[in-house]
Amino acid sequence: MALRTPLHDRHVAAGARMVEFGGYDMPLQYSTIREEHVAVRTRCGLFDLSHMGEVRFRGAGALDVVQRLVTNDVARLEIGGALYGVMCHEAGGIVDDVVVYREADGYMVVINAACRTKDVAWMGDHSAGSVFEDVSDSVALLAVQGPRAVALVSGMCADEVAGLRPFHATDTTVAGVTASVSRTGYTGEDGFELYVDAGDAPGLWDALLEAGGGDGLIPCGLGARDTLRLEAGLRLYGQDMDDATDPYSCSLGWTVKLQKGTFIGSEALTRLDPSHPPRRFVGITLDGRAIARHGQRVLVDGEPAGEVTSGTYSFTLDHSIATASLDGDVPADAALAVDVRGTVAAATVVPLPFYRRPKGA
Amino acid sequence: MADLSNYRFTASHEWVHVDGSNAKIGITDHAQAQLGDVIFLELPPVGTEVKAGTKFGAIESVKAASDLYAPVSGTVAEINAALTEQPELVNSDPYGDGWMLRLESASDDGGDLLDEAGYTKLVGA
Repeated sequence: MALRTPLHDRHVAAGARMVEFGGYDMPLQYSTIREEHVAVRTRCGLFDLSHMGEVRFRGAGALDVVQRLVTNDVARLEIGGALYGVMCHEAGGIVDDVVVYREADGYMVVINAACRTKDVAWMGDHSAGSVFEDVSDSVALLAVQGPRAVALVSGMCADEVAGLRPFHATDTTVAGVTASVSRTGYTGEDGFELYVDAGDAPGLWDALLEAGGGDGLIPCGLGARDTLRLEAGLRLYGQDMDDATDPYSCSLGWTVKLQKGTFIGSEALTRLDPSHPPRRFVGITLDGRAIARHGQRVLVDGEPAGEVTSGTYSFTLDHSIATASLDGDVPADAALAVDVRGTVAAATVVPLPFYRRPKGA
Repeated sequence: MADLSNYRFTASHEWVHVDGSNAKIGITDHAQAQLGDVIFLELPPVGTEVKAGTKFGAIESVKAASDLYAPVSGTVAEINAALTEQPELVNSDPYGDGWMLRLESASDDGGDLLDEAGYTKLVGA
């Protein structure tokens, strides 16, 4: 039986179509994926992300432990700062992609729900010198995303949060609920992610919808979350990368800070050429409206040359978009095609992200 | 709610509305709801002979791609051109503006189509 977030009753009451994701019974959509997608691009949307896992490292050795687990340089974080990175195995494959927050007394690492069991085992095995705790079940995560999100949440906070910089968090109260308010997201829009006690989540959910309803805030499910993140060129673990993918092969070399000193996987990553990794991660657009999907073959001159990692129809751009993992020796100017259920669709390589929000919005 | 008393249904969630030797074909409200946002339809060109129970095209939503099966046999006389630009009509009006094909010389050689009550029972609505 699938796990439930503290907001499960709210989703069912709202008539959401529920699906299992990462072991949780989660809302796929409340209305339509298009309507929810457009709401986030033009107004604001509310997401329940309480399926995400959170672990904490405390104690004198916490920095050294997290620094060994994560490829990015955690030492540069000030209290309230956050960064994106990946955890690698010794061989350089990615265990999970994570966001690390520096808190007053240690670090909080946000992990994917589907990876929680293996991540907690992996981190637990490498936590010597720190106090390690999986707090996933007691932490709920709500995200408010979109051009109107900052004004909405700011108006509900006890402290000023509109000036919070990207990848920074602060402790305050939102609608009377104690929360860590973070200027982060997974949609390509401005907005906040709110970490709260699980018991406070339903009240905060209701308060946000009541305060934001007049501004067009609607609840959004994982369907829109996926189309939004893909337009924004953001990776999804399990589709765009996995244990067999090194960070360079999915264009996440920027999260690898070899100069910070040794960490798990650093030796293997040192042996790779960041500019010629084993696989090449690209954004593609397809001619026509057919959707390329995870696992479909990418062809060069009719021969297999890679595979689609994620694909969808972009509601913002009105055409089909996908990311693909190409064999490392595929020339940059090769003409690509995708085998979409037996039909060969021509593909064009385009820079990521597919969508970037307008400046000042 | 559309009057479906003259519609017949397949277990694979297509509908057919026969009028003399003409037959209109689409997918059911249940099917469109399961698929969600429809993005793309692959339909056969006019003149194609389709056979009851066999694949005549495909439908893609954001979530999934599915094959479409002909409820009856016949010759494609018309495809719903509006769906090229507005595939979402399948979601908003599955039994009306969201129709997909019109067949001529249609014949029901399958014989295992469901009526409204039978289909409603099938999908547990």
